[in-house]
Amino acid sequence: MTLSARSVLFPVVVVVLVVAGVWFVRGPGPMAFSGGPKVALADYKSNDPTGVPASLAKADLIARGEYLARAADCVVCHTSQGGKAYAGGLAFNLPFGTLYSTNITPDKETGIGNYTDQQFLNALHRGIRRDGARLYPAMPYTSYTYMSDADALAIKAFLLSLAPVQATPPANTLTFPFNQRWAMGFWSALFNPDTRFEPDSSKTAEWNRGAYLAEALAHCGECHTPRNLAFALNNRNKFAGALTAGWHAFNISSDKNTGLGAWRDQDVASYLASGHADGHGTASGPMGEAVDESFSQLDPADVRAIVAYLRSVPAVASTSLPAAVAPPAPASPREGAMADAHGKMVFEGACVSCHGWTGESSISPFATLTGAWAVNDPDATNVAQIVIAGTKRHAPDGAISMPAFGNAYSDGEIAAVANYVTARFGSKGSRLTARDVADLRKQTAR
Amino acid sequence: MAVTRNDLEGVSRRAVLVGGAASGFLFAFHLPARAVNEPVQPPDRTDGRFAPNAFIRIDRSGTTTLIMPQVEMGQGVYTSISMVLAEELDADFAQVAVAHAPPNDKLYANPIFGIQVTGNSNSVRAFWKPLRTAGATARAMLVQAAAQQWQVDPAGCSTANGRVIHAAGGRSLAYGDLADAASRLPPPKDVALKDPEKFVLIGQPLKRIDTPDKVNGKAVYGIDAMLPGMKFATLGACPVFGGKVGAVDDRAALKIPGVRQVIVLDDLVAVVGDHMWAARKGLDALVVTWDEGANAHLSSNDIWEDLRAASRKDGVVARSAGDVAKGLAEGDRFEASYELPFLAHATMEPLNCTVHLTPDSCEIWTGSQVIARAQSAAAKAAGLPVEKVTANNHLLGGGFGRRLEPDMVVAAVRIAKHVDGPVKVVWTREEDIQHDIYRPVYRDTIAASLSNGRIVGWKYRIAGSSVIARWLPPAFQKGIDIDAVDSAVDIPYDIPNFSAEYVRAEPPAVPTGFWRGVGPNNNVFAIESFIDELARKAGKDPVVFRRDMLDKNPRMLAALNLAAERSNWGQPLPARIGRGVCVQPSFASFIATVVEAEVDEQGEVYLHRVTSAVDTGIAVNPDTIRAQLEGGLIFGLTAALYGEITIENGRVKQSNFNDYRMLRIDQAPKIDIHLIKSGEPPGGIGETGATAGPPALRNAIYAATRVALRRLPIDRSLIAVGNRS
Amino acid sequence: MTTLTINGQQKSFDAPADMPLLWVLRDVLGMTGTKFGCGIAQCGACTVHIDGKPVRSCMLPVGAVRDRAITTIEGVGATPIGARVQKAWLDLEVVQCGYCQSGQIMSATALLATTPNPDDSDIDAAMAGNICRCGTYVRIRAAIKRAASERQS
Ligand code: FES
Ligand code: FES
Repeated sequence: MTLSARSVLFPVVVVVLVVAGVWFVRGPGPMAFSGGPKVALADYKSNDPTGVPASLAKADLIARGEYLARAADCVVCHTSQGGKAYAGGLAFNLPFGTLYSTNITPDKETGIGNYTDQQFLNALHRGIRRDGARLYPAMPYTSYTYMSDADALAIKAFLLSLAPVQATPPANTLTFPFNQRWAMGFWSALFNPDTRFEPDSSKTAEWNRGAYLAEALAHCGECHTPRNLAFALNNRNKFAGALTAGWHAFNISSDKNTGLGAWRDQDVASYLASGHADGHGTASGPMGEAVDESFSQLDPADVRAIVAYLRSVPAVASTSLPAAVAPPAPASPREGAMADAHGKMVFEGACVSCHGWTGESSISPFATLTGAWAVNDPDATNVAQIVIAGTKRHAPDGAISMPAFGNAYSDGEIAAVANYVTARFGSKGSRLTARDVADLRKQTAR
Repeated sequence: MAVTRNDLEGVSRRAVLVGGAASGFLFAFHLPARAVNEPVQPPDRTDGRFAPNAFIRIDRSGTTTLIMPQVEMGQGVYTSISMVLAEELDADFAQVAVAHAPPNDKLYANPIFGIQVTGNSNSVRAFWKPLRTAGATARAMLVQAAAQQWQVDPAGCSTANGRVIHAAGGRSLAYGDLADAASRLPPPKDVALKDPEKFVLIGQPLKRIDTPDKVNGKAVYGIDAMLPGMKFATLGACPVFGGKVGAVDDRAALKIPGVRQVIVLDDLVAVVGDHMWAARKGLDALVVTWDEGANAHLSSNDIWEDLRAASRKDGVVARSAGDVAKGLAEGDRFEASYELPFLAHATMEPLNCTVHLTPDSCEIWTGSQVIARAQSAAAKAAGLPVEKVTANNHLLGGGFGRRLEPDMVVAAVRIAKHVDGPVKVVWTREEDIQHDIYRPVYRDTIAASLSNGRIVGWKYRIAGSSVIARWLPPAFQKGIDIDAVDSAVDIPYDIPNFSAEYVRAEPPAVPTGFWRGVGPNNNVFAIESFIDELARKAGKDPVVFRRDMLDKNPRMLAALNLAAERSNWGQPLPARIGRGVCVQPSFASFIATVVEAEVDEQGEVYLHRVTSAVDTGIAVNPDTIRAQLEGGLIFGLTAALYGEITIENGRVKQSNFNDYRMLRIDQAPKIDIHLIKSGEPPGGIGETGATAGPPALRNAIYAATRVALRRLPIDRSLIAVGNRS
Repeated sequence: MTTLTINGQQKSFDAPADMPLLWVLRDVLGMTGTKFGCGIAQCGACTVHIDGKPVRSCMLPVGAVRDRAITTIEGVGATPIGARVQKAWLDLEVVQCGYCQSGQIMSATALLATTPNPDDSDIDAAMAGNICRCGTYVRIRAAIKRAASERQS
């Protein structure tokens, strides 16, 4: 090979390697798995998968925007505990500091009152703030980027119809180099496709509606898809479950054992709409909030569409969950797992009155532990979090809640009771330590 | 034997004549304002019912009803009082009925306080003489009536089981048959009391009068009041202390089935419904914007910083002996400060009051430790003269000092003003905990010097809220809260140079009140914790160290020796298990307690065993005394392990039993109580266990871990392995 | 109109299905023996039996009871075990203020029905959900054992 050939080849190799590397790190897009031909929205012949359900088709822009804002679940992240809705200030505790959500009420100084349409789209689709600064991907713009311009602007119209709240969130406390917002430009260039939703013409209209809702609005993958080293979603393991903000977002791929594969359609729909499915437990934490603020308010047809879409996501087995959930525990406290005497002590005092020794609640199916992934998770992440923070659900029989024990029970006690609960009601007991519980406390958004 | 309703008419008709001052240590004062249990009216002779004084009613059928000047909140006092009365009366104990006293500060004043109040573990102490006198006087009148009828010398008559007997004549008459005649006689003065050797009831572990109805659901507490047409309400006060209601959106609340009305007052909102469920749901559905006011940013940290600053100032000397400055200059000097948190009472029965208000009358149903105060508070809130207010007292589902306050009555009357017909106002547990009147935060600083293994100088300074100054202002004199210094001014040890001083330091905004164990609870903890630390400095065993300073206090010493012996004091224990001792001469009882506890590597505490030896004078009902100590110990140990109310943004963080924890049965230690026989007048017992538990546990932890805790509740992170302070 | 079987009797009343049984008993039916302590299943004061099992009535929606038999403190004495428990409670003077004791007795009776000779760990498991603010735990433990032993004698 001549020198000149080499000198030509070398950069080519470098470019190929970089491209391959980027392709490898970036991985496939969230809907790549469907495999069918993608068409631009404008060219899609079937029912438009974007927008609002038929019942709202004639509603005004603000009402449509409200529905879409619900579906996109803006409120959960943009509201602090006890704070005004959409006024921001919720803290995300990351390993490298704390990030606070922004005020998205129409206040001109502290909110988004001065945003033009284009500025709003830049934020939602590209992660670029009005002043040009880069947003951190805690704002899921790599999902929202699939939202149609019309839907995004409907959401804007809704937000601008709210009462302005003057509120500035606390300053972020990220450490170097994470405090360098400009660096997010490179991250975005790599990981934000900056493209709108494209239906798969080989799929049904329902599937496409479900895909749009799940990907562009509900942003399921942001919690349920594991992330790569660059903190971007790794869609090779799409929906295979991940640890997010101190909670385990479980596997919602179609895996039979550790995903939704063995759930009936109505179970998945019920879980989304009410936060509970008999035999599968009850949503809490971030998923509970998503149910309260988003899924429970969606049109039933939209929930069905999401279910149809979830069904099509290829099975990826989780290694972190056992292959089968445990059956009910024995009725007698003398039988069954005895793992942790201290944990049993906490359980028999504070927990058994609702959850029972079998794990099947005599109070409400919503309090039944048997069959729930949380108690079958050998990391006991969510069990510990629920004990710390409590939970509240709106059951058909009225609201049902579990109080928070985190203020009065020590990390050691919470670890002990989590270990006891997972051993007794799950298929493999956890081995949480007091230190693990202390870490979990630190990770939750508040 | 059922507890009947208030005996209303009997009292207003009849007079009382009982004298006698309080026995035993309590407050070294008597309120000058009013003689206690004074006669208020001449005897009424119309109905043949024998009612010789405020406490005793005997009707023609022989039914003997004893009116209870002290309230039953679990301490067994209805039984103890009945025993004392029946003992001197020679009534048939199986036949007596008891009734709650109506509000009447004259007839039913507690001789120590001068008002109608149950508290400070003094029911039996305060009423010991008056009740015996009342019983003996009534008995003398019955004897007199019989003797007149038989035309015999009363001296030849005896009494037993509700009958007057003339043995020589072979005759006897039941008290009921003598009621009419006895009621016409003037009460004698200076009747003789029984020789304690001859007691037949006192000293026996008699069955309690109030318990049968408490095991079958029939007992009626304030919260169980039921009136025809009654509505149910629950309330929410501004979560920030001192805050007001801003705006209320009640649209959602009013849509809830069963919700009748939403009442908005300046500092609280209430929802009235067909049942508590509607009221509760309605309250949750109210959208209230509070005007949080000046305390919106108050936090526990601020309160502690203020208190620490206050505790560095000189206080008012409550008692001194010898020369403290000189004493402290001798030998080796040590100093420590102990801190105690706010505590909620969390009586098992949440606060409540039922009110029926009409334009010219008010009737209330509640359970109160101060029913006369509740009555006058209701009158004031209703804008009616006190005679227009009927106050019905009930069994109390726990008092612990919480029901020494009438705030739940005032709130209920204010709500009832807007309700047509009777309304029962029940607080949620959350409201009960977040709007308690809290045991104050205290900081106690002790400087002491040791010479030859003995304490030669002792300077003790209490800093904290004065409950007395608010609750009983005449008793707050010269800057000294006599309750706050109780058990600090009369420490059991022989210390030549001594002073105890008090700094009044009121926490901003947080209301403070009495809590089971009152002043001694605070002081005994600090004193007995520091004594343990000094024992270690002196290189002495904690029991030996104490024993050496108790030579002038034989009752205390005997209790200590017995507790040490029965607890196997000195026998070796495995690692991380320790015994701790505490002695206290509080409430005129002498109690020594040993707690044996284990601390695991994570700092969790397991209570193994508690041994208490008690000399409480004459034990009226020994079983009740044991029960009170058992329960009091659990109460105190609960506080030591978990009790703390914290303030954040002007509001209480705790809300219910999930975060204001209670000790449970699986954590309860084995408890052994040993009574010391005594002929001294009875002492108080109801609060002693609550006082004994925390220091003994703290000292057991000290023994198990060598960590000297100086703050309650116990911080488990400090006693975990690897975290030694 | 809802109909429930309480202590063997049929009772009919109007109440929303989400209303906890506790408030139906206390405020609608006037059966005040069952107590309110916390409303969040942490104290046990409201314990009743549903088909013989101890349940916290403060959180049990009345709509979920359906045709199952309810026993309350007012009726538990009619069962042999309930009567034995009540007697043991009196024999050992367990009670102080008494407010928690309806619930304690219901829990203890349910325990003895399934475990005639409970040991300490059985008692802990069955009774730790019942708080007694007066601290009668030591006697509760003893009284349960007494009630169990009287069966033998
Ligand atoms: S009131 Fe039901 S458990 Fe406390
Ligand atoms: S006896 Fe009073 S709460 Fe148990």
